[in-house]
Amino acid sequence: MLLQIHEPGQTPMPHAGDNLAVGIDLGTTNSLVAISRDGKPEVLRDPRGRSLIPSIIAYKTDGAVAVGDDARLVLLDEPERVISSIKRLMGRGTDDVKRLAGSLPHELAPGRSGEMVKLVIGDRVVSPVEVSAEILRELRHRGEGALGQSVTRAVVTVPAYFDDAARTATKDAARLAGLEVLRLVNEPTAAALAYGLDKGAEGTFAVYDLGGGTFDVSILRLEKGVFQVLATGGDAALGGDDFDHAIAEHFLAQSPGAAPSAAEVKRALFSARLAKECLSTQDSGEWWIERDGRRSAHPLDRATLDRLLGPLVERTIAICGEVLHDARLAVEDLAGVVLVGGSTRVPLVQRRVAEFFARPPLSDIDPDEVVALGAALQAEALTRGSDTLLLDVTPLSLGIETLGGLVEKIIPRNTAIPVAKAQEFTTYQDGQDAMVVHVVQGEREMVDQNRSLARFTLAGIPPMTAGAARVRVEFAVDADGLLTVSAREQTTGREQRVEVRPTYGLPPEDMERMLRESMKHARDDLARRLLTEARVEGERALLALEGALRKDSQLLSAPERSTIETAVARLRRSVQGEDRDDIMQAITALDGACQDFAQRRMDHGVASALKGLTIDRVERDMAGGRG
Amino acid sequence: MMSQMMTISDAAAERVKLLMSKRDKPAAGIRIGVRTAGCSGLQYTIEYAEARNEFDEIVEDKGVTILVDPKAAMFLLGTEMDFVDEKMKSGFVFKNPNEKGKCGCGESFHV
Repeated sequence: MLLQIHEPGQTPMPHAGDNLAVGIDLGTTNSLVAISRDGKPEVLRDPRGRSLIPSIIAYKTDGAVAVGDDARLVLLDEPERVISSIKRLMGRGTDDVKRLAGSLPHELAPGRSGEMVKLVIGDRVVSPVEVSAEILRELRHRGEGALGQSVTRAVVTVPAYFDDAARTATKDAARLAGLEVLRLVNEPTAAALAYGLDKGAEGTFAVYDLGGGTFDVSILRLEKGVFQVLATGGDAALGGDDFDHAIAEHFLAQSPGAAPSAAEVKRALFSARLAKECLSTQDSGEWWIERDGRRSAHPLDRATLDRLLGPLVERTIAICGEVLHDARLAVEDLAGVVLVGGSTRVPLVQRRVAEFFARPPLSDIDPDEVVALGAALQAEALTRGSDTLLLDVTPLSLGIETLGGLVEKIIPRNTAIPVAKAQEFTTYQDGQDAMVVHVVQGEREMVDQNRSLARFTLAGIPPMTAGAARVRVEFAVDADGLLTVSAREQTTGREQRVEVRPTYGLPPEDMERMLRESMKHARDDLARRLLTEARVEGERALLALEGALRKDSQLLSAPERSTIETAVARLRRSVQGEDRDDIMQAITALDGACQDFAQRRMDHGVASALKGLTIDRVERDMAGGRG
Repeated sequence: MMSQMMTISDAAAERVKLLMSKRDKPAAGIRIGVRTAGCSGLQYTIEYAEARNEFDEIVEDKGVTILVDPKAAMFLLGTEMDFVDEKMKSGFVFKNPNEKGKCGCGESFHV
């Protein structure tokens, strides 16, 4: 690198080039883009001063694509060509959404099991990635318009519960939109950054995020500059839109008549929304609705509004309680609460959050913008070399399948990323020349209760006795939470690797369910694991003995052989059963029956085929792995 | 005379003099600084100096006045500033005995 002399103060920052990096909040209802310079983030606006871009896309009949407010206009004439809330489908597979099919507003393209879901819009078939890319492209253009220069790099926020598939899909969407994703950051983490919580003392924070259509609450712990997501919860169908509905129903109920028409409901919702927004700052007002061609006035005051919204707000508070409970925390353990999402402007929400958490929440940053501002700060930190090194954690444990359908966890949940961990595994059978590496995600002990992410085969293992091969399996999770798994046979150096890009992902409610179940079933799981381990051990013993008998049965007398056969039969029966102790006893019995045989085989100089039961055990204990 | 805190090579001195003569404003010298940036921690900066600052370390070598930013002094002790003229590009380099590593692209270093 050769340096030049610059005018005072004009020395360019390294690695900055011409490119700034922006922060993007890709929301379910609204999206926005922000930039940070010298640690001061600001939201980028269009020439009319608007910061929010509604996350709505219209695929028009003439082939043109409209995004945001323009797409909303299409909604009036051709609602079937308009897509909203696409974020809910990010990274979802056809299997995931099959059960939702009836309730989705769009026709789903028929897809093979395991493929990413696609939507049919007129004569087009689009994937959630493509739809999200349209929003991101619009955000990029807005950024370029406001900054007067090209924007090619961004930090994009995702919900804390987004799994690998949804994160990959988000990254793919950004790439399609011409944006390099410097990092994906969890939304609650971004909000915490915007409030500068990373600069303060270590502590635990709650982030209460009530948007237009979704509610999320996350518990973050800041430790040594790293934010860990301790717990998340929420309701994917609860938000400000439900507030509007509650108010509109109240208005409509006041002017009895036939069932209101679609247009009348729309008008009532519009008034309801106005009322909600006005009553955030005023104490009362009057709003109009239309019914059977007549307009009627409806007064509403703050107290009535609170009564209407009360049940909805209480639902969010109940979820906060559950999440705290999940994280095994009490309200007193928290150092602060952050409000995110436009719906947290409602005074009742602020009051109830303050009451529940027993402290006034942090709310002085615009709750619609706070996530994008945090993302912008992170983008600046990544491009301008700041001290803030933001780390995230793995949301669920990652592991591989071992014998008997058990899961060996390699990277436990809540490990700070980026991270790489390796473990050695070995072969199970003599002469085994391949090993299947099955990558799973989840907290349970058994493979079938977790989620399968990828499966590949490491072939070309040289023929060796069982337990002699050494296969090193490495899991590496990059800063975006994406996983690469590699397996390497140590003697030959043969290696296989996969980048885990699952074709579809895990819906948040499933993630939550999996976490819950892992706690609920902890004891059963352990029992089942122990039973399976016993079975695997029994089967290994049988297999090892079988091999030994095939080679060296001449070393046995007839009575000896029948003793062994009896012990074998007993063990065979036991491993079919459910009684772990019985299996362990049968293994011990077989071990005893074979002791002499094993000794004799050793003496016989068949050391190369070290497979007597007891020796087999010693060997395996030394290798320390199963495979 | 006290030993110089940093030195400049003949090629670099010639180049600095040439650049200063071509500058549209007179300069009191060049100011060498170090700032925290880049992927390996620190980055050198070279800027024209309009005036001497009170705390600048002043190095006069080969007819060039070098003002060393006081914050940078401890990182630059014993450094030689050189000029490289390659086919495709030319520029200054710092030969710093204190450097313990550079980032891959060479834009930054650490001590």
